[in-house]
Amino acid sequence: MAPLPGWKDLPPGCPIQEPLSARNNLTGSWRSARPIWDHDKCVRCGVCDLFCPEACIKPDHEGLYQANLDYCKGCGICAQECVTQCISMKQEEE
Amino acid sequence: MGTRIGKEVSIGIAEAAMMADVDVVSAYPITPQTHVVEHLSELVADGHLDAEFVPVESEHTAMSTCCGSVAAGARTFTATSSQGLALMHEILFIASGMRLPIVMAVANRSLSAPISIWNDHGDVMAERDTGWLQVFVENGQDAYDHILWAFRVAEDHGVLLPIMVNFDGFIVSHVVESLEEWSPEEVRRFLPPYDPPYRLDVDNPWTFGPVGIPDIYLETRKAHDEALLGAKATMVKAWSELADVVGRQYYPVEQYKADDADIVFLSMGGISETCMTAVDELREAGKKVGLVRLRLWRPFPFDEVKAALGGRKVIIAIDRALSTGGPGGPVASEVKAALYGLETRPQVIEFIAGLGGRDVTVGDFKQMYEKGAAVAAGGPVPGYELLGVRA
Repeated sequence: MAPLPGWKDLPPGCPIQEPLSARNNLTGSWRSARPIWDHDKCVRCGVCDLFCPEACIKPDHEGLYQANLDYCKGCGICAQECVTQCISMKQEEE
Repeated sequence: MGTRIGKEVSIGIAEAAMMADVDVVSAYPITPQTHVVEHLSELVADGHLDAEFVPVESEHTAMSTCCGSVAAGARTFTATSSQGLALMHEILFIASGMRLPIVMAVANRSLSAPISIWNDHGDVMAERDTGWLQVFVENGQDAYDHILWAFRVAEDHGVLLPIMVNFDGFIVSHVVESLEEWSPEEVRRFLPPYDPPYRLDVDNPWTFGPVGIPDIYLETRKAHDEALLGAKATMVKAWSELADVVGRQYYPVEQYKADDADIVFLSMGGISETCMTAVDELREAGKKVGLVRLRLWRPFPFDEVKAALGGRKVIIAIDRALSTGGPGGPVASEVKAALYGLETRPQVIEFIAGLGGRDVTVGDFKQMYEKGAAVAAGGPVPGYELLGVRA
């Protein structure tokens, strides 16, 4: 990610000309805990994917579920709803 | 030089906006509105002014319309007062944060409750921190000149900020005064066309007013603060250009018979003219008294205030608004803040005068002077006083 601008770099009123520039803002940055799967217990039912409010949980090429940490906000709904309780929430380190 | 004629000040302000060739005027035409926008609607309807007059359902929408039109590249003007200004409050921050150079004439009047639309500065003091440039004028000529000056300042690419031209409700807005109007040639020499650095345009799209996440909001506030502080230089330059064109010179802080005065009144707005009469009479009686008038309110002219007030014995600060439950009046508070760093600080005594249209007379100023003289003679400094309040 490009370094953040200082106040002198901002155009008056901060208009934006770049289309879709909101995509530059990865909304997972404020996450304080991340979901960790125990794939031995996972039955690949996809409930975590269905409940994820960010729709950022997807199976990988082996069908193992993972969260995209660029967008995961660490809400823990996946861990709460998991049928086999195979997801635990791990605190982000400083 | 233009022609000098008798004209109601609100009408004069409308005609100054017409001389600026505004493209859009948006307003909500009900009390407490003034003749400013009423006359502009007539000028548009009668074909004297080629502009869009957008009548809307509230002052909140009037200011929103102004934001949109100025962002689209149209020179934009509105006027309001009292409750109407209060209803604009939310959008005032949007206009200034988006750096949209709207010019707004504000006829300063009191706020309800109780219902009152008479003159004081309660309405604009509630909008002090909205990030707009703010000046106060004293009379009709002042008001007329400052509408044209306001466009010159606000639209300058080094400024790009909205501006309020404050003029006192009724005691200035509704009186007929002798005005010297500008000729079209004088306006052309002084005020270039509005040419924004970017505008809303379907062929060259920009996003205006995007989200400011915590990573960037702080930097936008700093940039806004610096823009306001930096605008003073352009304001002073535009005042001297105005003097070159019409021969009247204005300053951020102005003085009247104050050169050798130990005791000075400090005032802002139309009340200064009554104060000048009081100073004349006190001078005739041998009193070394003068007047310092604040013209510029935002950005606050710290250096000019220190230069004008440092070294005095006593300052008699007159406010037209009360910070209820606070330190008294906003003008006195800020002047005290400006003087705090001086090695020898003048004593400041504070009067909250003329709230809700109560008359402030020459005799009132003489009484204030007597209280200032008592402090200058070594008496105790009293707390702020609501002038003329009945027990």
